[in-house]
Amino acid sequence: MQTKARTLPLSKRGMSFETFMWLFTRLTALAMYGFIFIGIVGAFVMGAQNDMSFVEVLRWALMPNTGHVTYTNVPEISPYASMFWKSVASLFFLTAAGHGVHGVVVILDDYFAKPSQRKWIRFWNILLVAIIIPIGIYVIWFG
Amino acid sequence: MSDRNVSLSAALKYKGQGPYLTYILHRIGGAMMAIFVTTHVLATFTEMQGWQIGDLINDIYISPPFQIVFMFGVLFHLINGMRITILDLFPQQLIPYHRQAILIEWIIFILVYGFAVVTTITTAIGRMS
Repeated sequence: MQTKARTLPLSKRGMSFETFMWLFTRLTALAMYGFIFIGIVGAFVMGAQNDMSFVEVLRWALMPNTGHVTYTNVPEISPYASMFWKSVASLFFLTAAGHGVHGVVVILDDYFAKPSQRKWIRFWNILLVAIIIPIGIYVIWFG
Repeated sequence: MSDRNVSLSAALKYKGQGPYLTYILHRIGGAMMAIFVTTHVLATFTEMQGWQIGDLINDIYISPPFQIVFMFGVLFHLINGMRITILDLFPQQLIPYHRQAILIEWIIFILVYGFAVVTTITTAIGRMS
Protein backbone atom coordinates (compact mmCIF):
# COMPACT_ATOMS: atom_id res chain seq x y z
CA MET A 1 0.00 0.00 0.00
CA GLN A 2 1.34 3.39 -0.95
CA THR A 3 1.82 5.78 1.98
CA LYS A 4 -0.12 8.99 1.61
CA ALA A 5 2.07 12.09 1.91
CA ARG A 6 1.32 13.95 5.15
CA THR A 7 2.85 17.21 4.05
CA LEU A 8 1.75 19.87 1.62
CA PRO A 9 4.46 21.81 -0.25
CA LEU A 10 4.66 25.53 0.41
CA SER A 11 3.81 26.26 -3.25
CA LYS A 12 0.37 24.62 -2.73
CA ARG A 13 -0.12 25.86 0.82
CA GLY A 14 0.67 29.51 0.17
CA MET A 15 2.42 31.93 2.54
CA SER A 16 -0.35 32.99 4.94
CA PHE A 17 0.39 34.80 8.22
CA GLU A 18 0.09 31.48 10.09
CA THR A 19 2.57 29.79 7.73
CA PHE A 20 4.95 32.72 8.10
CA MET A 21 4.79 32.53 11.91
CA TRP A 22 5.22 28.74 11.79
CA LEU A 23 8.41 29.29 9.75
CA PHE A 24 9.45 32.19 12.02
CA THR A 25 9.22 29.93 15.09
CA ARG A 26 11.46 27.28 13.46
CA LEU A 27 13.98 29.80 12.12
CA THR A 28 14.26 31.67 15.44
CA ALA A 29 14.71 28.30 17.21
CA LEU A 30 17.56 27.45 14.82
CA ALA A 31 19.09 30.89 15.39
CA MET A 32 18.96 30.36 19.16
CA TYR A 33 20.69 26.96 18.83
CA GLY A 34 23.36 28.86 16.91
CA PHE A 35 23.70 31.43 19.72
CA ILE A 36 23.94 28.64 22.33
CA PHE A 37 26.63 26.92 20.27
CA ILE A 38 28.59 30.20 19.96
CA GLY A 39 28.25 30.68 23.74
CA ILE A 40 29.56 27.19 24.56
CA VAL A 41 32.49 27.40 22.10
CA GLY A 42 33.30 30.95 23.25
CA ALA A 43 33.27 29.93 26.93
CA PHE A 44 35.77 27.14 26.25
CA VAL A 45 37.96 29.44 24.17
CA MET A 46 38.03 31.81 27.18
CA GLY A 47 39.09 28.96 29.48
CA ALA A 48 35.78 27.86 30.99
CA GLN A 49 36.95 24.25 31.36
CA ASN A 50 39.14 25.34 34.28
CA ASP A 51 36.84 27.88 35.93
CA MET A 52 33.24 26.87 35.30
CA SER A 53 31.11 23.76 35.87
CA PHE A 54 28.86 22.26 33.16
CA VAL A 55 25.76 23.97 34.50
CA GLU A 56 27.58 27.33 34.71
CA VAL A 57 28.68 27.01 31.06
CA LEU A 58 25.07 26.13 30.20
CA ARG A 59 23.77 29.23 32.03
CA TRP A 60 26.31 31.40 30.22
CA ALA A 61 25.46 29.84 26.84
CA LEU A 62 21.72 30.39 27.42
CA MET A 63 22.41 34.11 27.88
CA PRO A 64 26.04 35.29 27.50
CA ASN A 65 25.76 38.08 30.02
CA THR A 66 28.46 38.91 32.60
CA GLY A 67 25.98 38.48 35.45
CA HIS A 68 25.98 34.77 34.64
CA VAL A 69 29.75 34.52 35.25
CA THR A 70 29.87 36.47 38.51
CA TYR A 71 29.28 33.45 40.75
CA THR A 72 31.85 31.21 38.98
CA ASN A 73 35.59 30.76 39.56
CA VAL A 74 36.45 32.84 36.47
CA PRO A 75 39.40 35.02 37.64
CA GLU A 76 38.99 37.80 35.08
CA ILE A 77 35.49 38.76 33.87
CA SER A 78 36.59 41.29 31.22
CA PRO A 79 36.77 38.77 28.29
CA TYR A 80 33.15 37.83 29.06
CA ALA A 81 32.11 41.50 29.09
CA SER A 82 33.37 42.38 25.60
CA MET A 83 31.34 44.21 22.94
CA PHE A 84 31.14 40.93 21.03
CA TRP A 85 29.38 39.08 23.88
CA LYS A 86 27.06 42.02 24.59
CA SER A 87 26.10 42.01 20.91
CA VAL A 88 25.54 38.23 20.91
CA ALA A 89 23.46 38.52 24.10
CA SER A 90 21.38 41.36 22.61
CA LEU A 91 20.70 39.44 19.40
CA PHE A 92 19.90 36.30 21.40
CA PHE A 93 17.53 38.27 23.65
CA LEU A 94 15.73 39.88 20.68
CA THR A 95 15.37 36.50 18.94
CA ALA A 96 14.11 34.87 22.16
CA ALA A 97 11.64 37.72 22.74
CA GLY A 98 10.16 37.31 19.25
CA HIS A 99 10.02 33.52 19.58
CA GLY A 100 8.63 33.74 23.10
CA VAL A 101 5.89 36.31 22.58
CA HIS A 102 4.53 34.30 19.66
CA GLY A 103 4.72 31.10 21.72
CA VAL A 104 2.81 32.61 24.63
CA VAL A 105 0.10 33.91 22.29
CA VAL A 106 -0.23 30.44 20.68
CA ILE A 107 -0.59 28.78 24.11
CA LEU A 108 -3.14 31.31 25.38
CA ASP A 109 -5.14 31.10 22.13
CA ASP A 110 -5.88 27.46 23.00
CA TYR A 111 -7.57 28.48 26.25
CA PHE A 112 -9.26 31.72 25.17
CA ALA A 113 -11.40 31.27 22.07
CA LYS A 114 -13.42 34.51 21.92
CA PRO A 115 -12.13 37.10 19.41
CA SER A 116 -12.22 39.87 22.05
CA GLN A 117 -10.16 37.75 24.47
CA ARG A 118 -7.60 36.97 21.76
CA LYS A 119 -7.39 40.64 20.85
CA TRP A 120 -6.56 41.52 24.48
CA ILE A 121 -4.04 38.64 24.70
CA ARG A 122 -2.21 40.10 21.68
CA PHE A 123 -2.41 43.63 23.02
CA TRP A 124 -1.01 42.81 26.50
CA ASN A 125 1.69 40.48 25.20
CA ILE A 126 2.94 42.92 22.59
CA LEU A 127 2.86 45.74 25.16
CA LEU A 128 4.77 43.61 27.68
CA VAL A 129 7.45 42.62 25.17
CA ALA A 130 7.75 46.24 24.01
CA ILE A 131 8.48 47.22 27.64
CA ILE A 132 10.78 44.26 28.41
CA ILE A 133 12.99 44.54 25.30
CA PRO A 134 14.51 47.98 26.04
CA ILE A 135 14.92 47.06 29.75
CA GLY A 136 16.63 43.78 28.79
CA ILE A 137 18.99 45.52 26.34
CA TYR A 138 19.81 48.09 29.04
CA VAL A 139 20.58 45.29 31.53
CA ILE A 140 22.83 43.51 29.00
CA TRP A 141 24.84 46.64 28.14
CA PHE A 142 24.97 48.39 31.51
CA GLY A 143 24.39 45.57 34.01
CA MET B 1 -15.21 30.76 15.54
CA SER B 2 -16.54 28.09 17.88
CA ASP B 3 -16.07 28.08 21.63
CA ARG B 4 -13.80 25.54 23.22
CA ASN B 5 -15.87 22.36 23.72
CA VAL B 6 -13.41 20.50 25.99
CA SER B 7 -12.91 21.67 29.56
CA LEU B 8 -9.37 22.34 30.81
CA SER B 9 -9.68 19.52 33.38
CA ALA B 10 -10.75 17.09 30.63
CA ALA B 11 -7.89 18.28 28.42
CA LEU B 12 -5.37 17.71 31.20
CA LYS B 13 -6.66 14.14 31.66
CA TYR B 14 -6.26 13.34 27.96
CA LYS B 15 -4.15 10.20 27.63
CA GLY B 16 -2.27 11.03 24.46
CA GLN B 17 0.81 9.04 25.47
CA GLY B 18 4.38 9.99 24.45
CA PRO B 19 3.70 12.62 21.76
CA TYR B 20 1.13 14.41 23.95
CA LEU B 21 3.46 14.35 26.94
CA THR B 22 6.20 16.05 24.90
CA TYR B 23 3.64 18.53 23.55
CA ILE B 24 2.40 19.53 27.01
CA LEU B 25 5.91 19.57 28.58
CA HIS B 26 7.11 21.78 25.71
CA ARG B 27 4.35 24.26 26.53
CA ILE B 28 5.02 24.13 30.28
CA GLY B 29 8.76 24.69 29.65
CA GLY B 30 8.04 27.57 27.27
CA ALA B 31 5.65 29.21 29.71
CA MET B 32 8.19 28.79 32.53
CA MET B 33 10.86 30.49 30.44
CA ALA B 34 8.57 33.34 29.41
CA ILE B 35 7.72 34.07 33.06
CA PHE B 36 11.34 33.60 34.17
CA VAL B 37 12.93 35.82 31.52
CA THR B 38 10.39 38.61 32.13
CA THR B 39 10.80 38.58 35.91
CA HIS B 40 14.58 38.02 35.77
CA VAL B 41 15.05 41.03 33.45
CA LEU B 42 12.86 43.19 35.71
CA ALA B 43 14.59 41.88 38.85
CA THR B 44 18.07 42.60 37.46
CA PHE B 45 16.96 46.06 36.39
CA THR B 46 15.53 46.87 39.83
CA GLU B 47 18.68 45.40 41.44
CA MET B 48 20.73 47.86 39.35
CA GLN B 49 18.57 50.66 40.77
CA GLY B 50 19.42 49.45 44.27
CA TRP B 51 16.00 48.02 45.10
CA GLN B 52 15.98 45.09 47.52
CA ILE B 53 13.20 43.20 45.72
CA GLY B 54 15.35 42.57 42.63
CA ASP B 55 18.13 41.18 44.78
CA LEU B 56 15.68 38.89 46.56
CA ILE B 57 14.19 37.52 43.31
CA ASN B 58 17.62 36.91 41.76
CA ASP B 59 18.77 35.14 44.93
CA ILE B 60 15.88 32.71 44.44
CA TYR B 61 16.81 32.27 40.76
CA ILE B 62 20.44 31.47 41.58
CA SER B 63 19.50 28.91 44.26
CA PRO B 64 20.16 25.22 43.36
CA PRO B 65 16.56 23.97 44.05
CA PHE B 66 15.14 26.59 41.69
CA GLN B 67 17.77 25.83 39.06
CA ILE B 68 17.08 22.08 39.20
CA VAL B 69 13.34 22.61 38.60
CA PHE B 70 13.84 25.35 36.01
CA MET B 71 16.55 23.42 34.15
CA PHE B 72 14.01 20.64 33.56
CA GLY B 73 11.70 23.02 31.68
CA VAL B 74 14.50 24.76 29.77
CA LEU B 75 16.37 21.65 28.68
CA PHE B 76 13.19 19.81 27.75
CA HIS B 77 11.95 22.76 25.69
CA LEU B 78 15.37 23.05 24.03
CA ILE B 79 15.79 19.36 23.17
CA ASN B 80 12.14 18.83 22.21
CA GLY B 81 12.26 21.97 20.06
CA MET B 82 15.30 20.57 18.29
CA ARG B 83 13.41 17.34 17.54
CA ILE B 84 10.42 19.32 16.20
CA THR B 85 12.68 21.47 14.02
CA ILE B 86 14.63 18.49 12.62
CA LEU B 87 11.40 16.59 11.86
CA ASP B 88 9.90 19.68 10.23
CA LEU B 89 12.97 20.15 8.05
CA PHE B 90 12.64 16.64 6.61
CA PRO B 91 8.94 15.82 7.17
CA GLN B 92 8.44 13.14 4.53
CA GLN B 93 11.52 11.18 5.57
CA LEU B 94 11.34 11.61 9.36
CA ILE B 95 7.75 12.16 10.55
CA PRO B 96 6.86 8.43 10.07
CA TYR B 97 9.56 7.78 12.72
CA HIS B 98 8.38 10.43 15.19
CA ARG B 99 7.90 7.95 18.05
CA GLN B 100 11.48 6.71 17.67
CA ALA B 101 12.60 10.35 17.57
CA ILE B 102 10.78 10.97 20.86
CA LEU B 103 12.55 7.98 22.42
CA ILE B 104 15.96 9.33 21.31
CA GLU B 105 14.94 12.74 22.62
CA TRP B 106 14.17 11.32 26.09
CA ILE B 107 17.51 9.49 26.21
CA ILE B 108 19.39 12.71 25.32
CA PHE B 109 17.28 14.72 27.77
CA ILE B 110 17.85 12.32 30.68
CA LEU B 111 21.62 12.33 30.06
CA VAL B 112 21.94 16.12 29.74
CA TYR B 113 19.48 16.93 32.53
CA GLY B 114 21.03 14.32 34.83
CA PHE B 115 24.46 15.81 34.24
CA ALA B 116 23.09 19.33 34.81
CA VAL B 117 21.48 18.29 38.13
CA VAL B 118 24.66 16.55 39.33
CA THR B 119 26.85 19.55 38.45
CA THR B 120 24.35 21.98 40.02
CA ILE B 121 24.56 20.06 43.30
CA THR B 122 28.33 19.51 43.21
CA THR B 123 28.95 23.15 42.24
CA ALA B 124 26.76 24.34 45.14
CA ILE B 125 28.60 22.07 47.56
CA GLY B 126 31.96 23.18 46.12
CA ARG B 127 31.05 26.88 46.53
CA MET B 128 30.13 26.30 50.21
CA SER B 129 33.55 24.86 51.13
